[in-house]
Amino acid sequence: MNDETPVLSIRGLSLALPKGADRDYAVENVSYDVARGEIMCVVGESGSGKSMAANAVMGLLPKGVRPTAGELIFDGQDLLKLTEKQHRKLRGLRIGMIFQEPMTALNPLMRVGAQIAEVFEAHGRYSARERQARALALLEEVGIPQPDKAIRAYPFQLSGGQRQRVMIAMALALEPELLIADEPTTALDVTTQAQILALIRNLQKRRGMSVMFITHDFGVVAEVATRVCVMRYGQIVELGTASEVLENPRHDYTRALIEAIPSNIIPEARGGERPAPLLEVEGLNKVFRSRGGLFKAAREVRALDDVSFTLAPGETVGIVGESGSGKSTLGRCVVRLERPDSGTLSLSGTDFTTLKGEELRRQRWRVQMIFQDPYASLNPRTRVGYAIAQGPMANGVSRVQAMKQAGDLLDLVGLGAVAVDRFPHEFSGGQRQRIGIARALALNPELIVADEAVSALDVSIQAQILELLEDLKQKLSLSMLFITHDLRVAAQICDRIIVMQHGRIVEQGSAQDVFLSPKEAYTRELLEAIPGREQELQSA
Amino acid sequence: MSFFARFAQNRGALIGLIILFTIILMAILAPFLYPDSPWRMVQRPFLAPMEVEGFLLGTDTMGRDVAAGIMHGAWVSLLIGLVSTTVALIIGVPLGAIAGYYGGLIDDALMRFTEFFQTIPNFALAIVLVAIMQPSVTSIVLAIAIVSWPPVARLVRAEFMSLRHREYVEAARLVGQTNRTIILRQILPNTLSPIIVLASLMVATAILLESALSFLGLGDPNVMSWGYMIGAARTVIRQAWWLSFFPGVAILLTVLALNLVGEGLDDALNPKLARERS
Repeated sequence: MNDETPVLSIRGLSLALPKGADRDYAVENVSYDVARGEIMCVVGESGSGKSMAANAVMGLLPKGVRPTAGELIFDGQDLLKLTEKQHRKLRGLRIGMIFQEPMTALNPLMRVGAQIAEVFEAHGRYSARERQARALALLEEVGIPQPDKAIRAYPFQLSGGQRQRVMIAMALALEPELLIADEPTTALDVTTQAQILALIRNLQKRRGMSVMFITHDFGVVAEVATRVCVMRYGQIVELGTASEVLENPRHDYTRALIEAIPSNIIPEARGGERPAPLLEVEGLNKVFRSRGGLFKAAREVRALDDVSFTLAPGETVGIVGESGSGKSTLGRCVVRLERPDSGTLSLSGTDFTTLKGEELRRQRWRVQMIFQDPYASLNPRTRVGYAIAQGPMANGVSRVQAMKQAGDLLDLVGLGAVAVDRFPHEFSGGQRQRIGIARALALNPELIVADEAVSALDVSIQAQILELLEDLKQKLSLSMLFITHDLRVAAQICDRIIVMQHGRIVEQGSAQDVFLSPKEAYTRELLEAIPGREQELQSA
Repeated sequence: MSFFARFAQNRGALIGLIILFTIILMAILAPFLYPDSPWRMVQRPFLAPMEVEGFLLGTDTMGRDVAAGIMHGAWVSLLIGLVSTTVALIIGVPLGAIAGYYGGLIDDALMRFTEFFQTIPNFALAIVLVAIMQPSVTSIVLAIAIVSWPPVARLVRAEFMSLRHREYVEAARLVGQTNRTIILRQILPNTLSPIIVLASLMVATAILLESALSFLGLGDPNVMSWGYMIGAARTVIRQAWWLSFFPGVAILLTVLALNLVGEGLDDALNPKLARERS
C-alpha cells in the first residue's frame, strides 16, 4: 500500500446552488485531501457548505445542487463521473457514513441486529447466520453493553449514545476505507459525546481508516483532528494540521471562531455578600405520569426531586445538567408553565405555587422566559413589533404606547426599530433570538429564565448573544436563571452554578467553586467530558 | 406585495377564480337570459344539443330547456355549497379549538359528542334529516352542515393540540395573554391553511351531496339544481347523454375552481411561502 496517495482527494470542487439561493455556489473551488489513517475535520458554521463535499462523495447531494467543476478522486476514479449504480456499490462497502440524528437514521420498526445484517445483505455478503454473528461482533466492538441483548433490541429501547454506536457499527460493517461522520455527536450529551469521540478515535487507529469528520465545534476538533479545514461561505478559509490551526490560526475568521468558543472555563470571581433572595425555591417536586391504558401500566418519571435553591437580585444562576436531568422542568416550574406537585416557589415574598387562573395571569409579567428554539418561539404570522407589544398590551398598556416601546426594545437588542414591521422568517436565527430577548424584556420582569437560550446557535452568534445578555445584565441589573447543558457557556455568564442529575441537585455553589474545585464525582465527570478541555488547559 | 398580487402568482388559482366568477355571473344573469321558469316545457322532448336553434344544450325528457336549467341551477348549487360550508365551519371550528386547546375532560366530552355524529353514515343522516324537516333549500343546507362539521372539528382539534405546546404559544401565556386572545390571535391564524383547503373541498362535497339528495328525489321541488337534472336524466342516459353530461361538467368545473382558489388562498395567506415565491 502506498501511504503517499490520499484516500480521497477533492480537486477544485464547485457545487452550484439552484437559482434564487442566497449565493451561487454551495462550495466554490474547494480542494483538500483525506490522507490514509488520518482524521480530517471540516469545520464551519451553518451554511458554510461544510457538509456539501461529503454529500457529493456519497452521491447524496440535495435536489438542485449540481457539480459544475472539479473532481473527487477516490481510489483512482472520479466519483462525480460514476453512474448511480456504481456509486451505490461504493457506499457502505468502501465509504461508510454516520449521521447527526441516530434516532431518525435508524428504522424504528426493525431490530438492531437485523439492521446491521441488512448492510451485508445489500452487498450480498455471507449467509444469514454469519451475518448475525458479524453483527454481534460489531456491536461488541463499538462497546455496546450486553451486545447479545442489544442485537434483539429496537432503536427506541436504546439511549442516544447507544443508537449512535449502532450507527457506527453499521457504517463499519463492511470495513470501509473512508468513514464520513457528519456532526455525529451534536445531538448527544457531553459525557456521551466524549465516549463517542473516544470510540471513533480508537476504531480509526485500530482499523487504520481515514475519517472525514464534519463538525461546527472547535472543542470537538481539538479532541479528534489530525488535520483541519475551516470553511466559510463555501470557501476554504484555512487548511492545516490540528496543532497549527488551533494554536496559530492565521486567518481572522478562524481566530474569531476559536475565540468565540466560550473557552474560559475558569470564571472570574464575582459578587461577594449575597443580598436577600429574590427567588426562593424550597423542596420542589414534580412527577410526570403517563396515563395508563387498558393494557399498559401508568409510568412515572421523577423530573424534580426535592429541589431547593435561592437566587439573589442581580444574580445569574446557571442550572447545568444533561438531558433528562430535570433542568428544563425546573425552569418551566419557575415560570409556571408547569405546576409543581409540592414545594414552594416564592418571588420576593409572593408565593407563586398557589397562584391560579386570573390571579396567575396578572402576576405572570414578573417572570419571563427566553426560549431555546429561535424558530419555534416566534409566531410565524405575527409581525415582530406586535409580537413584542403583545405582552404589555395584555397587561393594560395601550397599543400605541406598546408598539413604541417595542421599537425601543428592538433598538436595545441591536436590531433597530425598523424591524417592527417585519415577519420572523425574515430574520436569521441569532436575530430571532434577539427578538425573543426583547419580548422577554418588554414587561420589565423581575426574573428572566433563559432555557438553553443559545444552544441552537452557531458559536460566533452564540458569543454575540451572550455578550448582549451580559450587556443587558449590567444596564438593567437583570436577575437570570440560565439553564444550559453546555458548561462552557455557563462558565461565561453565571455567578452561581447548580448541577442537576436525575431531578436532583448534585452540587451548587459559586461558579468558581464548582468549576475549579468540584466536590461531587458527577460534576468532575461533566467537566472532564468537555471537548477540547485538555488543549485549553495546556495552552492556558 | 399585496395580498391579491401574491394570490395571482399562483396561475391555477387565477384560473379557478375566473371559472368561479363565470359561474356566479351565470347565476346572476339567469333570470335575464332565461326569464321563464326552467321548469316550463318549451319544446319537443329529447332535442339533442344544437338541433333546434335557440336550444344550445337541447331539451330534457319533458321538453324543458337544459341550458336554462344549468343557468338557474348555478345559483342553488353555489348557495347550498357556500352556506352549508359556512355553517359547518361555525359549528366545527370553535368546538375543535376548545377541545384541542383545553384538552382533558372538555376534550373528551366534545370528542365523544363529535364521534356520535361520525358513527352515523353521512349520507344516511342527511337523508333522514331532510325527510324529517321536509325538503327545502333551508333544510338541505342544514342537513349538509350537520353531517359535515365533524371532520372540521377533528382537524382543528388536531392542529390546536400540536400548536398549543409551541414555544410562541407558551410565550404568549407567559406574558399574560388571556386564553381567548391566545386561541384567536396566536393559534387560529396558524391553522388557517388546512382549514381553507378543507373548506374548499367541503363546498365541493356539499354540492355533490345536494346532487345526491336531489337524485333521490329529496331536493327542493321548487328550485332547479344540477343534482336534480342528473338525477332525472339517469334513466335515459343511453338515449340522451347530454342531459346528465352538461350538469355534470358544471359540477366538475365548480368543484375544480373551488379547489384551485382554496390552494391559492392558502399560498397567499402564508407569509413564508409568499416570500419564497417572490
